[in-house]
Amino acid sequence: MDPVLYSRILTELTLSFHIIYATIGVGVPLMIMLAQWVGIKKNDEHYILLARRWARGFVITVAVGVVTGTAIGLQLSLLWPNFMELAGNVIALPLFMETFAFFFEAIFLGIYLYTWDRFENQKKHFLLLIPVALGASFSAVFITIVNAFMNAPQGFNLVNGELINVNPLVAMFNPAMPTKVAHVVGTAYMTSAFLLAAIAAFRLLRGSNHVYHKKALYLTLKVGFIFSVSAALVGDLSGKYLAEYQPEKLAAAEWHFETEENAPLILYGVLDDGEVKYAIKIPYALSILAHGSLSAEVVGLDQFSEEDIPPLYIHYLFDIMVTIGITLMMMSAIYWIGMWRRWSFVESRLFRWLIVAGGPLVFISLEAGWWMAEVGRQPWILRNIMRTSEGATTSGQVPTMLVLFALLYLVLGVGSVVVLRRMFIRNPVEQEIIDRQQERGGDIR
Amino acid sequence: MNIEILGITVLWVFLFGYILIGAIDFGAGFFNAYSLFTGKQRILTNVIQRYLSPVWEVTNVFLVFFFVGIIGFFPKTAFYYGTTLLVPVSFAIILLAVRGSYYAFETYGARGHKGYSFAYGSTGLLLPASLSIVLTISEGGFIEIVNGQPVLDYWKLFTSPLTWSIVVLSIAATLYISSAFLTWYANKARDREATQLLRKYALIWAFPTIIAAGGIIFELRKHNPLHYESIQTFWPMFLISLILFLGTVFLIWKKRHYGVAFSLLMGQFVFAFFGYGASHYPYLLYPYLTIYDSFTNQAMAVALIIAFICGLLLLIPSLYLLLRMFLFNKEYVKGNENHHA
Repeated sequence: MDPVLYSRILTELTLSFHIIYATIGVGVPLMIMLAQWVGIKKNDEHYILLARRWARGFVITVAVGVVTGTAIGLQLSLLWPNFMELAGNVIALPLFMETFAFFFEAIFLGIYLYTWDRFENQKKHFLLLIPVALGASFSAVFITIVNAFMNAPQGFNLVNGELINVNPLVAMFNPAMPTKVAHVVGTAYMTSAFLLAAIAAFRLLRGSNHVYHKKALYLTLKVGFIFSVSAALVGDLSGKYLAEYQPEKLAAAEWHFETEENAPLILYGVLDDGEVKYAIKIPYALSILAHGSLSAEVVGLDQFSEEDIPPLYIHYLFDIMVTIGITLMMMSAIYWIGMWRRWSFVESRLFRWLIVAGGPLVFISLEAGWWMAEVGRQPWILRNIMRTSEGATTSGQVPTMLVLFALLYLVLGVGSVVVLRRMFIRNPVEQEIIDRQQERGGDIR
Repeated sequence: MNIEILGITVLWVFLFGYILIGAIDFGAGFFNAYSLFTGKQRILTNVIQRYLSPVWEVTNVFLVFFFVGIIGFFPKTAFYYGTTLLVPVSFAIILLAVRGSYYAFETYGARGHKGYSFAYGSTGLLLPASLSIVLTISEGGFIEIVNGQPVLDYWKLFTSPLTWSIVVLSIAATLYISSAFLTWYANKARDREATQLLRKYALIWAFPTIIAAGGIIFELRKHNPLHYESIQTFWPMFLISLILFLGTVFLIWKKRHYGVAFSLLMGQFVFAFFGYGASHYPYLLYPYLTIYDSFTNQAMAVALIIAFICGLLLLIPSLYLLLRMFLFNKEYVKGNENHHA
């Protein structure tokens, strides 16, 4: 049993599962904040209720996010002890700061959840949400800095296996950091927005025609559009980062074999014996993506030795990520313009099903993006410093742990879905609006 | 005080925080599940859930803080402990994951669900036991270096009386701390029935706690003479701890001043825990790893300490706000208000 292979599989499994909940954990607080803010500003009880119901569902996903985050935090040391020993010396600072961000979020989430209607002034309650959203987003920032460091390590010298001249701040502000952080945080907002839009559209398709869901849909798709545009813009900058600092990753993702000027971008296609077939070639597009100029030279895989090239299947992951991202951006743009121009088809059943499909699709895109980022760094765990195989544990028990954790994630995944369904089916929004009306003596339309 | 000691002290304080509030949390979960099965939930569930609800996530962060901090301050621990603890810590993660998530499932999604309550009640009780194994391993004698790699000897670990004394202590102490705290909390909530029942639990679990603690010191004499000797030099701390223990039991027995009783209990554990920690110095893992040879570089240490101070400035007022809103808020404790989302 090869511990390296199984350590990779287990890490991939944990991260793939964790990232679903973590992304919701980063993005949904912003959505709750927006809804509550709009509700207070417009004095519209529907938006407040939206915030309240999202918050209720959010707690369930946060719980799974927290425990799986704890799992990956520990697994990093359990599965990659040699890597963590080195990383602990150089990049421990953002990891440590992440725990503070997380602490901050946890404290205020507890307070926020248990103080609904406790204050006379609703704005006070709203203020409690700001540290939750900040803490969640900064957790993502700090943890992504660690990942960025793995791609572009700096801030230390390695002389005969000895670490010297460690500078934690230089390590943190590495070249990969700006684009990676912006992309991760932006897509977390985007993902959460499309997830919540999908739920609202689904409710509208399944019988409810309440204006509550329409308001939800309008708000979420607007946010979804804004952050899908940001994701695309940052994606372009990421291309320029990669061309400069990790050309082998870009070349592998784009199947760019020969170093050349005027490089075309290859979309889709299959690789058959080293031959690209059925692909769409967009002339000059890769030169633009990499350097912002039609004629720029883009380094190809021919510049690297065989053992330093990442697996070429990351091209498919890139295609999946980009295709879904662009589709969702266009879908939300059409919806937005359509609502404004009163095009009736954006409120048709077919279009709503499209929005529903956006829910699972945006998560596929998220996973594809992370797999591309991680597989694209191979064979390195710390680029040009430590190979993945050198970082792994030597323990022979990893396969057994893999089975146990797979079962755990199954239990948590199924459990969270069952509980969320049960919560919202037993307490439909129509009923809650009536209940609150009675409580307050009928000031809700 | 040098920077190595400063680092380990900070981490030890947070570990203590985790053990204390974790114990209250896990014990409360267990008593809650137990009451569901013995038909006493009418008495206990309210008061327990009132305390538990807003704080569970905070508890978990203490643990995360500790293990992230120890990798930051003492990166070599990643190599020694990371390699050897794969199996025990994986089990702990699984228990922690079920505990945390099923707690949330029950509280926010399915109030009173017996299966969920049982899931988090039982895993919560096993979690301290499984985490305590790490302390046992740190005593040395269970890890050998084979071909330059540390290897854990499971047979030796699970046949050692030291292991089992520590396991018993972790479970008994969890239930003792939790029931003593909840006695005070229930009394504050003016819930007489719950106070009486929890007081009984506190008295029941006090003695296994102290016996197991004594047993550990006895076992150490055989298992790790070096550490045993060091413990003896700290005897006043353990004596104070014992006196405080007797004080707590006395007050709870006499049904007086439950708040003071719990403060004495905290004192008991502070002295025992820091006495134990100080006597463990300088070893992180007998005999391979000390806080000096595993310490990080100077630049990182300074950066971490600055980050820590800034973090505390943010955290302390926040924690104060949390406690003021729930633990020290009379209306909330009594259950006169319900403002959950």
